[in-house]
Amino acid sequence: MSAIIADAKPVKRSRLRTLRFRETISAYGFISPWIIGFLLFMGGPIIASFILSFFSWKMITPPKFIGLTNYINMFTTDDLFRTSLGVTFKYVIVAVPLAQILSLVLAILLNQNVRLIGFWRTVFYLPAIVSGVAGAVIWKWMYDSELGVINNILLSIGIHAPHWLYDKNTALLALIIKGLWNVGVPMVIYLAALQGMPKYLYEAAEIDGAGEAAKFRAITLPLLTPVIFFNLVMGTITGIQIFAEPYVMTGGGPENVTLFLGLHLYHSAFGYLKMGYASAMAWIMFIIIFVLTIFQFILANRWVYYETSAG
Amino acid sequence: MAAIHPTNSTFNSGRSITTPSKLHVFLFGTRFRPGFIRQVLVYSLLTILTILFILPFYWMLNTALKPNKEVFTVPPTWYPNPPMFSNFVDSIKNSYAGSATTAGNTPPMLKYAFNTLIITVNGVVATLFSSSLVAYAFARMRFPGKNVLFLGILSTLMIPFAVVMVPQFIIWKNLNWLNTFWPLMIPHWCGSAWNIFLLRQFFMGIPMDYDESALIDGASHWDIYWKIILPLSTPALASVGVFAFVFFWNDFLGPLIILSTPDKFTLTMYLTNFMIPLQKLTQWNLYMAAAFIIILPCMILFFFSQNVFLKGITITEFRR
Repeated sequence: MSAIIADAKPVKRSRLRTLRFRETISAYGFISPWIIGFLLFMGGPIIASFILSFFSWKMITPPKFIGLTNYINMFTTDDLFRTSLGVTFKYVIVAVPLAQILSLVLAILLNQNVRLIGFWRTVFYLPAIVSGVAGAVIWKWMYDSELGVINNILLSIGIHAPHWLYDKNTALLALIIKGLWNVGVPMVIYLAALQGMPKYLYEAAEIDGAGEAAKFRAITLPLLTPVIFFNLVMGTITGIQIFAEPYVMTGGGPENVTLFLGLHLYHSAFGYLKMGYASAMAWIMFIIIFVLTIFQFILANRWVYYETSAG
Repeated sequence: MAAIHPTNSTFNSGRSITTPSKLHVFLFGTRFRPGFIRQVLVYSLLTILTILFILPFYWMLNTALKPNKEVFTVPPTWYPNPPMFSNFVDSIKNSYAGSATTAGNTPPMLKYAFNTLIITVNGVVATLFSSSLVAYAFARMRFPGKNVLFLGILSTLMIPFAVVMVPQFIIWKNLNWLNTFWPLMIPHWCGSAWNIFLLRQFFMGIPMDYDESALIDGASHWDIYWKIILPLSTPALASVGVFAFVFFWNDFLGPLIILSTPDKFTLTMYLTNFMIPLQKLTQWNLYMAAAFIIILPCMILFFFSQNVFLKGITITEFRR
């Protein structure tokens, strides 16, 4: 008997091994679309773009190796690049936190056992599905200094409003306000997180006599920090790449106060056909996103609360 | 928390039960209860915010229905008098110098709508199929390199489109595919990182017993994927599908780079070119009518699918 069992074991193991092997083969079959796509449309282009960033190439003539010149020019001779960096930073620093606050406030309001929650949720989410060109076109019309609805409402309460998109002091602000209209996605994520909060904690806090403010500060906010962190990171990544809104609403003007990095990059690549230079710029954009993301991850250790036992 | 069944809706569970009498207080109005004042505050805030959020939609429709000279009334009027529903027809008929020349009297906007539809339908089908396929392997199969590869997929979320934009453009140029739909269609058959992540999370919530008994019965992984996992994942697939539809329908930078002749334009490109000819500069009513027509399909889709859609966005997050 024992001999048979001893005999049986290796057979079983090798059969298991072939099963595992076959599973591996078919798993790689399943993920092959992504692998092929990554090599062709991601990994390959990433390497190509990195190499290109050291070349001067205007599509018509063959590329010429110029070392770090693209990167050096960016920070020395190209004033527009520094302008666009500044614009993008200003936008991200103001718009991303504001969007978090607004979407969190909306989610908290919706979480108050309100009636017609479906209606409110739809209203606040709806702008998210007209992001991009259509939404930008509507806002451009609303911002019109004489015929636009915004200035006429302001005028009716006695405020002489600026020309918004045509005023270099307010154009960026106008884009930030428009961006706040599109907070649907972070809002529903916050709402889901709020609705998934463990009830027993609140019940326990109530028994201890905690008020609303105390419950929010001691339970809701700490448990929400991973979600806030997630939304902050995603908001930053998309905020740095903003393109359609300034393209449609201001075209980068007036006096380049809304010349975002994405816009300047697009002009360099497809307006002036400076492919090498645009690639270098894209790499700077990537480095900024990378650094900001890592930075947020490092900061996260200080304020993000992870539930370790229940995870 | 690891195994959450897909039907466990985040929107139906987890409602606060801390103050169950609030609704009663609101309905029957015991005036000086703190709960009542709080409710008043909540509803007033919601109402104010709703007005602010709806205003752009209202203003678009209001303008779209106005006769052209009413657009220039100062101060602007709050409702169209008389409402011109013919504006929508005129808006569709609108053509401008450099717009697509179409056979017969077909308005160019319909051509653009058709182009957009091709790209969008392909995008939705491609995204659903490829992302779910990849997600299946990461959720339900064992293979070496799995974790590293998954981390790789997630980290591509950080790579801005601008980095790959120029080399991709060069690839399409060398294939002679510029100004065709191929560059806007083919890459989406390779899965998208965000949707792979979303679907993987969802698939992981489906009990493994199904796979195991199917495997014992001799089913292949393809059978399990196609006959078990996909049918059980309709909420997640619907939400990814709607997301993808909205994305491709609204996409602008992609078509802007690839497409160059008017007969290939998409609706978003059309919208940015609408006012370029000088004589059209003042037709804000037709412009808003066009904007309305363009966002209408997304809005209809959203209204019909919003419960599933919103559930799907959130179901996967933060449930590690």
